[in-house]
Amino acid sequence: MTAQMTDTSPFIQINAVSRVFNGGSGVHDLSLDIPRGSFVVLLGPSGCGKSTTLRLIAGLETADQGRIIIDGKDVTNTPPSKRGLSMVFQSYALFPHLSVAENIVFGLKVRKTQKAEIASRLTEALRVTGLEGFEDRKPAQLSGGQRQRVALARAIVAGHPLCLMDEPLSNLDAKLRHAVRKDIRDLQQRLDITVVYVTHDQTEAMSMADIVILMKDGRIEQVGNPADLYLKPATAFAAGFVGSPPMTLLPATALPQDVIPKELDASRLTFGIRPEDLMLSTKPDAQPWGMRATVTGSEFLGAETFVFVAIPGKHGETGDATARLSGRVEISPGTEVSLSWSGAAAHWFDGEDGHRLTVTGPDIAARETTTTIATDTAFSTL
Amino acid sequence: MNEMARLQKRKLALYGWMLAAPALALMSLFAFYPAIATFWHSLFTRGTSRRPSVFAGFENYGDLFADPTFWTVATNNLIYAGVTIPVSIIFALIMALWANAHIPARSFVRSAYFTPTILPMIAAANLWLFFYTPDLGVIDQITGFFGASPTNWLGQPETALASVIIVTIWKEAGFFMIFYLAALQTIPPDLREAARIEGAGRWTYTRRVLLPLLMPTTIFVFVNAMINSVKLIDHLFILTKGGPNNASKLILYWIWEMAFAYFDSPHAAAMTILVLLVLGLVAVAQFRLVEKRTHYR
Repeated sequence: MTAQMTDTSPFIQINAVSRVFNGGSGVHDLSLDIPRGSFVVLLGPSGCGKSTTLRLIAGLETADQGRIIIDGKDVTNTPPSKRGLSMVFQSYALFPHLSVAENIVFGLKVRKTQKAEIASRLTEALRVTGLEGFEDRKPAQLSGGQRQRVALARAIVAGHPLCLMDEPLSNLDAKLRHAVRKDIRDLQQRLDITVVYVTHDQTEAMSMADIVILMKDGRIEQVGNPADLYLKPATAFAAGFVGSPPMTLLPATALPQDVIPKELDASRLTFGIRPEDLMLSTKPDAQPWGMRATVTGSEFLGAETFVFVAIPGKHGETGDATARLSGRVEISPGTEVSLSWSGAAAHWFDGEDGHRLTVTGPDIAARETTTTIATDTAFSTL
Repeated sequence: MNEMARLQKRKLALYGWMLAAPALALMSLFAFYPAIATFWHSLFTRGTSRRPSVFAGFENYGDLFADPTFWTVATNNLIYAGVTIPVSIIFALIMALWANAHIPARSFVRSAYFTPTILPMIAAANLWLFFYTPDLGVIDQITGFFGASPTNWLGQPETALASVIIVTIWKEAGFFMIFYLAALQTIPPDLREAARIEGAGRWTYTRRVLLPLLMPTTIFVFVNAMINSVKLIDHLFILTKGGPNNASKLILYWIWEMAFAYFDSPHAAAMTILVLLVLGLVAVAQFRLVEKRTHYR
């Protein structure tokens, strides 16, 4: 395979790969292209097959069906060590009896690299990860963040073009997680490597990824850059999974008839609205199509306030919705409010299979409104 | 100082002593006192009705060193320990790795390996007595099938000790396997996967990761095997009675013989003290030396 061809073709190609475990979980007929030098995040709830996908790429699992191609070579049945990749484990998988330096160069030693080269690569890896001075410590003598950096150093020391990461931040506390997120992203760009990163944390995915691959039940739900996922979720599941707090999803039957686009069938329709697109008014029926709701609680987070409301449905059930208002909003539970939104901000999904439905009616624009007590809530314009 | 705090501290110390008291009393009665009494006893001559026992200093110890049987028994025991300890540890490790792997009928394999340990020693020895029976025993039946002449495995000096050694290995390896099995199950599978990705094969992983992580278990098993090798007596009663011509006589059997067959308790006491001394020194040295090179989690 020539260099030219590998440059134009995707770095990793997964072709119709299945790996099914006893009990039916795993991945089913998965196809995926990962470009060279990209930061790709496999995102999804637990049991969605994201870790299995990563382990298939790593070679720790063998595909039942389909092919996996890395850098132009078919590696479907190649052992992990021959695939030219490194991996950071969730537990870090550091060897507890070896020092930091020995852990980092373990692979180089196994591969019988020259002594001088081992030494220079070790120095470089220690420098890049800021572990100088910790060479002789044992993993047990390190903090969680330091252990994480040792795992990173071990992953980059060999200079493999591909690095796989399996929830590498889940054992860190929230503050450290934020800092390491940035470090990993910087490192990936500086070393110009391809990273495939598994997480269930959508914040991590949104903040780090070039491409997010959202998975559910062993299948791909949506592939796209973080903005695509947020602004145009392909399914109701994607809409609910990405974003914090998540998008409010309600059956369209709970809505006033006149807000539903005419071309859609209200009986099998799900309506979605991002919390920041939802506007509250304490004057009931301020808009003719305002939806009535009752405040159930609120959370003040400094720069913004989340207000939780219950929308009474036609048949006695209530739908829960969240509104994100900027600044501090004091609103006591039980307050009757009227909800409204810009027509363009509404997302419509098929009520049965959850697929996104595109609405292109001229009547949408006519419903635009600006009157709200949450004055300066920015619209995410599509 | 606050009176209440002082009282509470004293109370805590009292609780400590109270909790330690039963074990301390039993240990003193059945271990410490007998050890000291044995040492004291070993310093006197053997008393008879005509010649009462007198203080003899370390004369009994001198007698032991002058006795050629002492050297035979010591050599036997060294060979016995030198073979049974490493071989049963290696077997235990291999069996544990095997029983820990994802194989069908795993629990059956585990219990099969452990069976020899469950059997009473006397029963096991009788079983092996049958195996070793010249001409009729299982071993001679098999070797005879290939045309070998019958061998009196337990009855000739050349093979007696080796036969006893084999029985011990058969008995101990399964027991030590349990410790290795427990240790192996605490090693996270991630380590193996990380090693695989780094290019380590099965052997490299075993040598560079698994064995060092099993080191604490190995020390524990080693010390136990060590103590067992001087403690062995019941097999000998059934299998060889130390013979022929002392060829399979081990220390504890010799001590028993001196004390209860020849009624020479001062010499038996002296020998016991020597054994205690050597075992103590070896145990201390082992824990000291190997601990330095061991990683405890």
